[in-house]
Order: sequence, then C-alpha cells, then structure tokens
Amino acid sequence: MNKLDSLESQSVYILREAYREFKNLAMLWSIGKDSTVLLWLARKAFFDHVPFPLVHIDTHYKIPEMIVYRDELAKKWKLNMVYGQNTAALEAKKTFPDGAIDRISCCKLLKTEALKHTLDGSWPRYRLNHTTGKYDVDTNTEPYTGVIVGARADEEGSRSKERYFSPRDRNSDWDVGDQPPELWNQFKTDFAPGTHLRIHPLLDWTELNIWEYIERENIPITKLYFDQGDGKRYRSLGCYPCTFPVESKAKTVHEIVEELRAGKFKNIAERAGRAQDKEDGGGLETLRREGYM
Amino acid sequence: MEIQREQMNVVIVGHVDHGKSTLVGRLLADTGALPQGKLEAVKANCARNAKPFEYAFLLDALKDEQAQGITIDTARCFFKSARRDYIIIDAPGHIEFLKNMISGAARAEAALLLIDANEGIKENSRRHGYMMSFLGIKNVAVCVNKMDLVNYSEETFNKIKTEYTKFLKEINLEPQYFIPIAAREGDNMIGLSKNMPWYKGAYVLEALDGFKKAASKAEQSFRMPVQDIYKFTEEGDDRRIFAGRVETGTISVGDDVVFLPSNKSNRIKTVESFNTPTKTQASAGQSTGFTLETQIYIRPGEVMCKVKEKLPAVSTKIKTNIFWMGKQPLVKNKRYKLKITTQQVPVILSEIVSVMNASELSSVKKDHVDRHEVAECILETMKPVAFDEVGQIAETGRFVIVDNYEIAGGGIILASVLEGKTALSEHIQKREFEWERSNITPDKRAQKYEHKSALIVITGQIDTGKQRIAKALEEKLFDLGKFVYFLGLSNRLSVAVDELKDKTLGKFEHIQQLGELAHIMTDTGLILITSITDIDDYELMMLKSLNSPNKILVINVGENQFSEGAVDLLLKANEDTAIAIQKIVDLLIKSVVLDPEYFI
Repeated sequence: MNKLDSLESQSVYILREAYREFKNLAMLWSIGKDSTVLLWLARKAFFDHVPFPLVHIDTHYKIPEMIVYRDELAKKWKLNMVYGQNTAALEAKKTFPDGAIDRISCCKLLKTEALKHTLDGSWPRYRLNHTTGKYDVDTNTEPYTGVIVGARADEEGSRSKERYFSPRDRNSDWDVGDQPPELWNQFKTDFAPGTHLRIHPLLDWTELNIWEYIERENIPITKLYFDQGDGKRYRSLGCYPCTFPVESKAKTVHEIVEELRAGKFKNIAERAGRAQDKEDGGGLETLRREGYM
Repeated sequence: MEIQREQMNVVIVGHVDHGKSTLVGRLLADTGALPQGKLEAVKANCARNAKPFEYAFLLDALKDEQAQGITIDTARCFFKSARRDYIIIDAPGHIEFLKNMISGAARAEAALLLIDANEGIKENSRRHGYMMSFLGIKNVAVCVNKMDLVNYSEETFNKIKTEYTKFLKEINLEPQYFIPIAAREGDNMIGLSKNMPWYKGAYVLEALDGFKKAASKAEQSFRMPVQDIYKFTEEGDDRRIFAGRVETGTISVGDDVVFLPSNKSNRIKTVESFNTPTKTQASAGQSTGFTLETQIYIRPGEVMCKVKEKLPAVSTKIKTNIFWMGKQPLVKNKRYKLKITTQQVPVILSEIVSVMNASELSSVKKDHVDRHEVAECILETMKPVAFDEVGQIAETGRFVIVDNYEIAGGGIILASVLEGKTALSEHIQKREFEWERSNITPDKRAQKYEHKSALIVITGQIDTGKQRIAKALEEKLFDLGKFVYFLGLSNRLSVAVDELKDKTLGKFEHIQQLGELAHIMTDTGLILITSITDIDDYELMMLKSLNSPNKILVINVGENQFSEGAVDLLLKANEDTAIAIQKIVDLLIKSVVLDPEYFI
C-alpha cells in the first residue's frame, strides 16, 4: 500500500466507526477541496452511498460559484443536502461586509453561531427536495450527535492538536486541556447526553495529499481553484470579503500538485490568504474553542 | 504522478523540560519544513511579548501552552527527509498529560526518547521508556539533549548511556541509537557537530532515516474485524456487504471463511469497492468489503478469519497487561466496557496479579489499579470474545476499557485463561443455593393452575408484530382461564437504557433484569410472556440460564438470526394474529406447558 492508500484506508475506517456508533450523524460540507475529498471518501466507505446528511453553513457571502457547484453535485450524487444560516444577523446587517463588526465577530455570528444552532436543530434547516430541486424547511430538528468535519492537522496550530473523535460539550465548546485518549484505532464513541462529537477523518492528510488524491481519483472540484485566465486562483475557499485569490497560473489538478510539491507554494501556508486567522493572533484557537470548524 | 513516498510516524517522548518540542522545532526549521514567514512570525511575537524565542513555540500552538511554557497535548507535524515523509508526534512530558502522550505514541512506528544531559534520567524518562516497550515500539533512538550545558562532555554522555541502557534491558527494549545532541544549538541534528568530535555515530536525521518500517502483514493469518454490515436497499442496492479493514493476511474470492466468536462459516463471493477496477483480492491494511455466497446473520464485532489458517482464541477470560488512565481507579465488582477490534462487550476485573510502578519497575499487591499504574490482570468478559496474543498478532491482541463514557485503560493480551466457572454460572449457583424453597412445589402449582409455568419470549427484528402477538396470546390464555401475564416492562426498560446508559452495558443489564424477574415470576407458576428486539444467541442463552431451572420457549418472528436449535417456533413477519396464536398454543400443548387434558 502506498501513502494515499493508507490515508484513504484510515479515513474510511474512521467514517465507518462513526456511522455505526452515531444515530444522528452529519457531515459538514464547505464545498472546498477538503470536505469534497471527505465526501468522496464517504462514497468509498459506503460503496457509492452517502448514508447521512451533508450540512453546509451558508454565510450568504460565499463565492456564488460555490453554491452553484454544491447544488449540481448534490443533485447528481442524490445527496441528502441540508443548509443552515444566521438569518437574523444577516437581516439586521450585523456583519463585517456591512461594516458593523470586525472579521472575528462576523465569523462568530455567520459561521460559529449558525453552525451551533443548525447542529442542535434550534434554527431551521433547509433540505434539498430532489423532486422540485428547491430547498424546504427540514422537519427533522433532532440534534446531530456526531459531526464529521474535514479539518487537517497541517492547517494551523490548534488543529494539529486534534483527535480523530473529539468531544464537544453542550455549548459546542472544546476542552483542549483534557482530550480523550485515542489508542490503536479505539476512539471515543461514547458520550454523555447533550454532548456531541466532532469526527476528523482527514487529520493526517496534508494539502498536497488532498490534491494528489483528487488527481488520482479524478474527483470533481469547483473551478474556483483553477486559474481561469487572469493568472489568479483560490487556494482556500471561504467568504469573498475575507478570502483572496493567489497569483498562480495552475489550470489543472496536476499543475496544482506540482506547484505544491516543488513550485511556488512549497513553503507557503495554505491559509495565508485568510484574513480572520491573523486577527486571532495567528491561529484559530479562540474561534475553534467556541465551536468553529 | 510521482512515485509514492514512504511515510513514517515518529513520536518524541521524555521527561518534562528535557527539550522535546525544541528538538522538533529545530528539526522543522533546519529541514526547511516550516512555512515561509512562520519562524519570523513566532520570533516577532516573542519580541512583542518580551520573552526569549524558543523553538518550542513553533509547536506549542495552544495559548495555554505558550503561557505556561509546556506542551499540553500531542501535536502532529509534517516534514520530509531525502528518504521519506514523516509525521512527527510531539508528546507532552508532564505526568498529568500522560494519556495524551500515550495517544500520540500508540500511533507511532518509531520513537525518539530525550534525556536532559544536565538533569540525567528522571521519573518520566523511565516511565516513557516502559510505555514504548508496552506499546511494542521497536524503533527507538535515545537522544541525550542539552549537551552544551555539560560542556559537551563525553563522560556525562557515557554515564547516562550506561545507566539508561541497563534500565531498558530490564524491560526488553534495545535502542538502535544513542545520540548526544544540543537541539537548541543544532548539534548532531542534521549533521555531525564539531562540538563533539568524540561522537562518530548517527545524527538525529540519519537515525530517523535509518529506522525500518515493519514488514508487511499480508503474510500473517487473515483477520478482518467486521465493522458493519451494509445493505442500502432503499437506494436500489441489493448487495449485503460485510465491511471492515483487513488487519492481517490476504483473502481472495472463493476462500472459505469463519466468523468468530459465533463460529459461523461462509465463502467469499465478491470483493467490493468504489471507483476502482474489479478486485478479487484484499490484504492487510485495506478498508474493504465483501459479499458472501450464502445468507448469514452476524453482528459487527465478529472477526472474519480464513478456515485453513490458524484461528484466534475465543474465550471469556484473558490474562492482560493494563495501563490505567481513568480518573477513578480500576476496581473489582464493577462492570466496564471492553473494546477489542470492533467487538464491544461488558467486562469485569476478576483478579489483579500485580500492580507496577512503571518508573521504578517495582511491583506490589493491591486490590485496585490507580491512575498511571500498569497492572497484570485477569479480565472476564460477559460474552466470549475472539482475540490473539499480542505477541502473535498485535492488531487483535490489544484493547481499551471504557468507564463512564471515557476510555480509561489500554491493554495487551498475554494469554487466554482456562475458563472454569463463569461469573454468570457462579451467580446462578449461588442464587439457587440460597433460595429458600416454599412448601408448595412446582407440581402442586401446576395442578392448581392446570398448567406448568413457562417464560415465553417473542423475539425478532423491530416492527414485525411481536407485541401484538404477545398481547393477543395473553388474552387468549387468560380467556382459557390460565394464570398468565404479559410483561411490557422490557421495552420501556430498554428505552430508558438507550437514553441514559452505554448501549453495550445497558443491553446486558436489561437482559439480566429480565432474566431475574422472569425467574421469580415463573417460579410462582405463571406463564410469563414478553417480547424483546434484536438479541443474539449468546444473550438468549444468558436469558435461559437466568430463568433456569424454569422452562423457556422462544418464538422468533420474521428472519431467524439464531443458530440451529435456539428457537422453538418460527413465525413469519406480521403473521396473521389468529394463525400465530394457534401455532403458539399448539407449541404450548406439545411442550407440556398446557396439559391437553385441561385444555378443552
């Protein structure tokens, strides 16, 4: 087995453990390359099926192509697609693009808060109706007790300290000082009522591994990652007011792999284009402790 | 595509403040593995907060870690040498964070063990050394760090080397390298240092590259713990796939297999996968799935093995070495959950052979195992488990113990123990011995009520009409003037169990309560009817034992998932009530619960 085979096998193992142990399981799909690889790994694990809902937190400021791509793939692969949103903050214009608050507070409202309330079912969930092609309010408001997330250890400091199965308390808070032991592929799958677990099948993957796997498996990826002719592409996707494209002429997956392996991005961190990280003192710990992905 | 490079997980361990994070930080910096600007950013951050720069700050990413100057949790970092890719696992040295260290080390294929040249061998130098041996890590390099503080003295290095080698020998650990280093200064890290001309051995990077990956496990006996059984019928997929990861061995289409502990056999029909060419074989390390030639009912947790190979042991008693991490001590007379491969069973501690201080290697006799202690223990599982001795096949010879939602202990299996009496049989024997019999014999009761007593268990999958049949049967027998009772409590109990308790322990407790209750109620001469969803052969056997010496009749509704002879009557799913009742009454007459003489 080569490196990608081992990474794939371990991720599939984790996904299957999660599916067996959690009745209310969901996968977060941010539409980016990592969670799209995660989605692909689910199809590997369950033999062409994705037996749980995919949850997208729509901040309303996502790059529009992302939403188009999301719905295309959801229809094509018959995904149980759900999205949640902080409609109150958006209506009150309490956002960074509206000039009302700073970037970190905006992330907290549009992502962390929206995520927390979508996961626990206290805010409406919008579910794709495959017959009409439109989103309806989901009748299922049960809290998700297992949430699969595409975080990678090489992204930033606090993620390098994560477990594959990571408990979150009633307020979605992460107790970094007291994480459960994880031995020999025995994970924490038992949890007290009211708490939930985040599951991280991609922890051992690097950004380069992700692209190598996309190339090997020929996984469809949104075109925002590629140079469309203006010498720019996105390396990491997020909200357009806070995510900036990088200078790059990579037009294919292979060119991206080469760029990361030996080219200009060999030694430049992936999230260098994310403005909110810098405001958090170089990491995401503050946001992540409170429930950010 | 570039030829895939080899990857190795390496853990860095040792006593607190002996320089683990510094070593990793320096290694990352010197091999160019740090992202552009990271070193400068950390240095600038230090300057802003008026504290001296430390390489450790590159890794101790958590705010508490930087504030306290210690590592709290294991970090994964990535770097490459010319030879291969590494995931470096930087583990904390504080005893308080031992469970984090173990979590990191359990993933590792190799270890760098650090000792401060100035401080010498400390408590956790020994404890961590012991844990490497416990975890079975064979690739070990000992780095004597901070050599600059002892003037790069060869004598100091040799003294530590002699003393520590002696300790490691006692625990059967033979390090491949002993390297004098000064991580902060970069001595003997990625090249030999001019400061220690007396040292001619390998430098750290060379030692890492010198470690060998374990040989492929594809040649060992085949083991695949079943993770789950999938059938996505609703999406028009009729395959029934037995999914799991092949831990050891190789298997092909057409091979005969046996599932343990249930001992059910079958043959491989297909190897299933998504987005690959058709496969006919699977081997160690692959997460895969199979369809089988004939229909079979097993649960996740069974270990799939090849009939012609050496099979794992199946037993309820095991001799183990346990490392305890729980906040509460490991004690007798308490039910824990054992997780071994994908099996989950209730377990009790039946004997502590000895408890050891992993740092001093001294052992004592105690009646419980405290946090951070290692103990040799005999465990008894409440159901048979399939396993191998850790020395034979490590993957199926290791387990964890769950206490109150938390993984509280890790262990390795040394041997199977001759079973003798089980905790259940001992309990029943004691119960029968202490049972004060009344003057009214079961025969007298049978004459009075005009039937013998029995427990009637109606079982099967969910939504097959079990309750409807059970209630109708109660009515029918009641109308016939029989002493009968439908116990609906079982279902409510299991709901309570679902919400509040561990599934594995809750189910066991439910069966135990039901068995004890049934034993009392059937002793009164009653015909007790109850329904129960989704139990296996072993749980049914347990219910029979607990109800003994009184009679039990088992009726299965829908697909029969029990072994031959376990069930007295088979009914179709959603069988017509009248027909079902007639069949059950016939069974009752046949099995002399109802005497036909009275049955007019």
